[in-house]
Amino acid sequence: MIKKVLISGNEAAAEAAIRAGCRYYFGYPITPQNQLTEYISWRMREVGGTFIQAESELAAINMVFGASAAGARAMTSSSSPGISLKQEGISYLAGCELPAVIINMNRAGPGLGDVTPSQSDYFQSTRGGGHGDYRTITFGPSSIQELFDLTYLAFDLADKYRNPVLILGDGILAQVMEPVKLKKIKKRLPKKPWALAGCKGRKPNVIKSLFLTPGVLETHNWKLAAKYKKIEEREIRYETSFGADSEFFLVAYGSCARIAMGAVMEGRKEGMKLGLFRPISLWPFPYRDLTKLAEKGKKFLVVEMNLGQMLDDVKIAIGDKAKISFYGRPGGGIPTPKEILKEVKKR
Amino acid sequence: MKKVFGRPKSLTAEKTIYCPGCGHGIAHRLVAEVIDELKIREKTIGIAPVGCAVLAYDYWNFDVTEAAHGRPPAVATGIKRVHPNKIVFTYQGDGDIAAIGTAEIVHAANRGENITVVFINNAVYGMTKGQMAPTTILGQKTTTTRNGRNQQLDGYPIKVCELLSSLEGTTYLERVALDSVSHILKSKQAIKKAFRNQLEKKGFSLVEVLSPCPINWGLSPQESLKWIKEKMTLTFPLGVVKDKT
Repeated sequence: MIKKVLISGNEAAAEAAIRAGCRYYFGYPITPQNQLTEYISWRMREVGGTFIQAESELAAINMVFGASAAGARAMTSSSSPGISLKQEGISYLAGCELPAVIINMNRAGPGLGDVTPSQSDYFQSTRGGGHGDYRTITFGPSSIQELFDLTYLAFDLADKYRNPVLILGDGILAQVMEPVKLKKIKKRLPKKPWALAGCKGRKPNVIKSLFLTPGVLETHNWKLAAKYKKIEEREIRYETSFGADSEFFLVAYGSCARIAMGAVMEGRKEGMKLGLFRPISLWPFPYRDLTKLAEKGKKFLVVEMNLGQMLDDVKIAIGDKAKISFYGRPGGGIPTPKEILKEVKKR
Repeated sequence: MKKVFGRPKSLTAEKTIYCPGCGHGIAHRLVAEVIDELKIREKTIGIAPVGCAVLAYDYWNFDVTEAAHGRPPAVATGIKRVHPNKIVFTYQGDGDIAAIGTAEIVHAANRGENITVVFINNAVYGMTKGQMAPTTILGQKTTTTRNGRNQQLDGYPIKVCELLSSLEGTTYLERVALDSVSHILKSKQAIKKAFRNQLEKKGFSLVEVLSPCPINWGLSPQESLKWIKEKMTLTFPLGVVKDKT
C-alpha cells in the first residue's frame, strides 16, 4: 500500500521544497500562506537548512537572490500584496538568470483586498510581473498532491533553465488538507559552476543584469528569448477530461478547475457532453492544444475566480475558430458547480 | 629592479568611470589592498550597489554580484548563510544604505550577520547627478535642495553609525574619512579590522567612509577635501562609534 499523509497545501509546498533539496527559505508572514512559513521554520532547521523570517518581502526575495547566486536551492512564499513587493527581486532574478522558486497563495485584490481565495494574479504571474521583458515558468496546481509534485519539480526546472519558477495557488489550495504521497529527499543536486563561491582555481564569477555597452543588453534579451522559446517547446502541461466525446469544454485551472470538474460530473449525469480542459502550466500556456480542440468544432466556457484573465490566453489560442464564453467571480467569490452548469445551459 | 608599488591582485586593470577627485577609486583600492593582505581574495564575495559604484564588479578581481538598490545587506545575508566560511561584504553608498535600503541594513545588523559593510558617505546622490542624499548636511546645496537642505522641509542628515550602534547585533562601527593621507591610512586600518572581524567570526562590522564628490559638490578636488574636514565632520564626527571586539 502506498503510504500517504494528510496535509494542507501550505504544508505540502513546504515539505516538497525540503524534499527537492531546498535548504534556504526566506519569508514574511501574510495570510493565507502563514502555515507554510510556520511549517518550514522548524522543518528547515530540523534538516540543517536556513530559515530566516525577513524584515519584508523585499528583503526575503533578495535573500533568495543571494542564496541562489551562491549556488543553493532557495525559495520564498507569499500572497498577492507580498508578491507585488517581490516583483523587483523576481525581475532581477530573471535578468541575472538565477533559479528560484516562489509560491503565491493568491488572495483577492486589488490593494489590500481580502484574504479570500482568488485567481486575480494570473496576469502578474504569466506576463513577467516586474519590469523588463521576461517570463517566469508558472504552474497552477489544482490538488494538494499536484501542488506537492509541481513544487518538487519546480526546483529542477529552475536550475535547468536558470529561471524563477512560480507556483500560483490560492487561499483554497493553501488551507485545504488532502492525502499526499510524498517523494524522497533529493540528495544529488546539479553542479553550478557559474555560482559565487570564491574564485579559487578559476576566474572570478560575476552575476549581473546591467549591460551598458550599446547592443549588449539587446543580445542578452535575445538570449533570454531563446531560452523562453525552449521552455515553450518543452514545458507545457495540461489535462483534458472527457476529451473524446465532449462537445462543450470548460476551461479552468487551479482550485477553480476542481469546481469546474464538479460541474462536468453533474452535467454528465444529466446527459450533457461536457468536458474540462485544464492548463497546468499557465506559462508556457497550452495554446496549440486548445487550438486543436477548437478546430474540432467545440464550444468553450472559461471559468475563473477573477474578471477574466486566462480568458485572454484562451482567446489567443482559439481566436474566432470557436465560440468562447466567460464566467468569473472576482473579489474572493467562489463559483459553485451549480452556477457553472447554469452558465453552460445558457449557451 | 625591485618592484616597490603595484596594483593589488584584488583590482583588475579596468579603467574606472569615476570623476576626477572622486573617493571611490581610493576606497576600492583600500578594500583590494586589505583583501590581498589578509590573503582572502579567493574566498571573498562582494556585493556591488546601485549608484556610482554599480560597476565595481569590473574593478574587483574576485567573485561579485550586483544587487537591487538598497538590497545588498539582504543579498549578503543569503550568500553568507550559504557560505558561512567565505568572506562576504557589501559596498554601499548613502542613498543605498540610508534611504531606500534602511530596513535591510538595520535588520542585517540586528541579526548580527557576520558580514562586512563598506559604506561610502559623500552626502549626495552621485550617479543621478547631485540630488539630496539622506546624509546631505543641513544647508548643503544639491539639485533638489537649491537653497540648501532645510531641516523643516527636508529633514535631518542620518547618522548611520550612531543609528546602528543601539542594535545589539552590531559588533564594530567606525567612521573614517578620505580627506588626507593620514586619514586614508586610518581608513584602511578600519576596513582591515572590519574584514578581520568577519574572519574571526566576531559579527557585523561597518565602516563609514566620508568620501569626496567634487563634481556634485561644485568644488575642486582640493576644496572637497577641505570641505570634508571643515564641514562634513561636524555632522559626522570621525572615530570608533562602537567596538565590542
